[in-house]
Amino acid sequence: MRPPLLELKNVSKIFGGKNNPTVALEDMTFALSENFPKIVTVAGESGSGKTTMGMLMLGFYGPTFGNVLYRGQALGDLDKAGMFQFRREVQAVFQDPFAVYNPFYKVDNLLSIPIKNFGLASTAAESRELQEEALERVGLRPEETLGRYPHQLSGGQRQRIAVARALLLQPKLLITDEPVSMVDASLRSTILKALRGLNREFGVPIFYITHDLTTAYHISDYIIILYRGNVMEVGNVDTIIRDPKHPYTQLLVSSIPWPDPDLPWGGSEEMIQSSQVAFKKITGCRFAPRCPYKMDICDTEPPPLYRMETDRAARCYLYRENDELARDALAEVFADA
Amino acid sequence: MSESLLQIKDLKVYYHVEAGAVQAVDDVSFTLDSGVKMGLVGESGSGKSTMALAMMRMIKPPGKIEGGQMILGGTDLVGLTPEQMRQTRLSKLAMIPQGAMNSLNPVVTIEKQILDGPLDHGVVMSKDERADRVIELLEMVDLAPKVAKMFPHELSGGMKQRVTVAQSISMEPDMIIADEPTSALDVVIQRQVMETINRLQSELGLAVILIGHDMGLMAQSVDRLAVMYAGKMMEIGQTRAMFEEPLHPYTQLLIQSLPVLENKGIFSGIPGITPSLLNPPEGCVFHTRCPKAFDLCSAKTPAFIEVSPGRQVACHLQTA
Amino acid sequence: MQRGQGFKGFLSYIRRNPAFGLGLFILVALLVFAGVGSLVVSEEDAQPLSATPNSEPTGEYPFGTDSTGRNLLAQMIHGTRVTLSIGMIAGSVGLAIGTVLGFMTGYFGGIFDTIVKFIVDVLMTIPQFLLLVMIASSVPEPDKLTIVQMGLILSLISWVRPTRAIRAQILSMRERAFVMMAKLSGMSGMEIIIKEMMPNLMPYLAISLATAVNGGVVSSLGLQTLGIGNLRRPSLGMTIYWLRYYNAFLQGYWWWILEPVIVVVLIFAAFLLLSIGMDEFANPRTRRTV
Repeated sequence: MRPPLLELKNVSKIFGGKNNPTVALEDMTFALSENFPKIVTVAGESGSGKTTMGMLMLGFYGPTFGNVLYRGQALGDLDKAGMFQFRREVQAVFQDPFAVYNPFYKVDNLLSIPIKNFGLASTAAESRELQEEALERVGLRPEETLGRYPHQLSGGQRQRIAVARALLLQPKLLITDEPVSMVDASLRSTILKALRGLNREFGVPIFYITHDLTTAYHISDYIIILYRGNVMEVGNVDTIIRDPKHPYTQLLVSSIPWPDPDLPWGGSEEMIQSSQVAFKKITGCRFAPRCPYKMDICDTEPPPLYRMETDRAARCYLYRENDELARDALAEVFADA
Repeated sequence: MSESLLQIKDLKVYYHVEAGAVQAVDDVSFTLDSGVKMGLVGESGSGKSTMALAMMRMIKPPGKIEGGQMILGGTDLVGLTPEQMRQTRLSKLAMIPQGAMNSLNPVVTIEKQILDGPLDHGVVMSKDERADRVIELLEMVDLAPKVAKMFPHELSGGMKQRVTVAQSISMEPDMIIADEPTSALDVVIQRQVMETINRLQSELGLAVILIGHDMGLMAQSVDRLAVMYAGKMMEIGQTRAMFEEPLHPYTQLLIQSLPVLENKGIFSGIPGITPSLLNPPEGCVFHTRCPKAFDLCSAKTPAFIEVSPGRQVACHLQTA
Repeated sequence: MQRGQGFKGFLSYIRRNPAFGLGLFILVALLVFAGVGSLVVSEEDAQPLSATPNSEPTGEYPFGTDSTGRNLLAQMIHGTRVTLSIGMIAGSVGLAIGTVLGFMTGYFGGIFDTIVKFIVDVLMTIPQFLLLVMIASSVPEPDKLTIVQMGLILSLISWVRPTRAIRAQILSMRERAFVMMAKLSGMSGMEIIIKEMMPNLMPYLAISLATAVNGGVVSSLGLQTLGIGNLRRPSLGMTIYWLRYYNAFLQGYWWWILEPVIVVVLIFAAFLLLSIGMDEFANPRTRRTV
């Protein structure tokens, strides 16, 4: 069987020195195959480890423990050709529509350079054609965008160009880190639609990192809820958002500001006092200090993932009657992973 | 019915650059009663942040208030001298600017920063009174008294934002303008901060203008909603009514494009791009992207009129 | 950064950025003084015994003469030329080395970075001027030192600060999203350094060049005033050395004192103003123009 496209094996990432370590990601095992045309969201608050996970997957951070494997090989072991192949197949869209552009060059560069480097076109005319096609697919007019400098375009236009780049490259895996959070509400749909198109029409799996559950709900098929570097709940996005089982997921979902005055914020008072909790060494469940359903065992022993349904698991003793899901079998929850 | 606390009449704020005048805010009018929360919604370039700065008379050159009136509690803020305006700020009208939590002085304790404003305005307090007042304010925003002696870097994002809220109410103003107070915060903290602001608002009877682009947040937090586009006011009304029956096509499209539980998988945005504020289109500023535009829309700017009590719209469809 | 149209754009830029304009003006005036002057006035006249010594400025000797009979007009013209040349060589060579080292260590890190960082840290803690004095005074035949040689000696020290500063800039630039994007687009490390990072660093390098050249002038002045280096060839530092040697203060030869001092002040003023002016476009936050 072919090794998965990208795999994290028991990956932990710890920042900071010996005196004040911050565990950004804790023993995460996760894999994505190239023939898995679904969109998986990784959601959590700031400090949950979701961006760290993205950076590890892109090879911009190295794991403190464990391995990040591309087609079976550790990223650190790849030779120049292997690395080039990795870059060709794994692409990204980042959060800040301005930062991804080198202010010195025209925006065309974002598209023309990868076309050239990855050999997607043999002449300048061909390259131009590819660029125009991609821009049109995200609703931009090439004559209004190409040839301009980044500061001459709006944030929405810039972000759409970044998405056009992803469409153009047709990678084997696209990692998006908050792609619409810095974009106006009216443009979010257009961008999300383009990303969905990439997934549905071209079969590109997308790893969607966000803290915004509403967009996550709309675009993705599966969701992983992270809290302080650990998976709290994982499974089908519809069921999890409509009927969250893990107390933390319940807190998140109840805090979503739905644009409907008749759907007010719900949820228990006690859960809400958040980061007033000191970040001391926690031996049990990471969410225990804030959990209204806390039991004694929660403080001493971190719970494993319990599988409640074929496509759903939660890391909570409330569901301990169910079978355990091994830490490294996370992907089993995704039906056709 | 008492006179409204705030009346903005035909406000114009232009930025004079080499290429001409950027009409950041153009002929905007609205009123706000005491004790009411109003949301000011718009996308980037709509002019909402400029409105906030204009109300605080903090527009810097090349920007300038070209015309109009801003009447707060009977006084036109436009006509005040700089010193009079300085006295008005914080004591009558306070603002929580965007990214305020990042503007806290890193080398000064929270206590001193909260006291800074009132002391500067000449409020005389003994040492004990000061300490008490700080604790009182901290408790009002759900922060523990020990925060007073702490420094900004020791606090989380949500806590810092609540400190800025405490600063803004330190002199119990009549009105607060909050410009994107929760934009950098995640969903859970956002809710906490908003609930704090809501509670304070009802306890102190403040008028609040909440500026943002998150309609979801607006639906949860404000009584009235004002929608701006390209420097102009498009529609104002009671929040529930606006969501149930938006009258202006822009408001309709905006609400339609919002992701809710029911419309999973349906992505509808607003095609086109915002127009240049340097050379706004003739007639209605939205007509280039409006699906319901007709001949009149490109010829004449629609007037901002009251179509029912408390509901105002600027659209030819309302008068045709 | 707005790309202005040609000369008219340049003039309007000067109007909006008076510091830069003034600094440029003074520098150009000095360069013209030294450059054109060198063509018109021969260096021979700056040799001793070419004129009546200790003469106040007169029609025949507009800048006066010194105690050895040097025509101070020639002395100032050629001295400015020499000092500026040494400063420019020291500054540009030092910056070039600093840039290469800064980029390499900042981007690639590793053992190379550790070694260079160590050397830089050591050199920064040793009083650099002292080091220069030691090196320069151990040269066997100082009067034969050419401008280039002097400049190169100074560059042994002038590379240190730029290396550290540029390394710091690269370290922070490395984390920026557009560098990540470049990596994702298949660009190699060297490509990224040259094509992506370098253009963004240009304004910073321009200011660093002004600072480095100024530093070179200061070092050369310092050495020569102390009597180290080539004391036969006219230079500003050497002029100051001789005026002290011959007690110009006590003798009341005010013109001999004023002239090099004024030129030195003008040089510093020019570079300071240029730095302030360039900071305006290098640092977008202070930008007043769009």
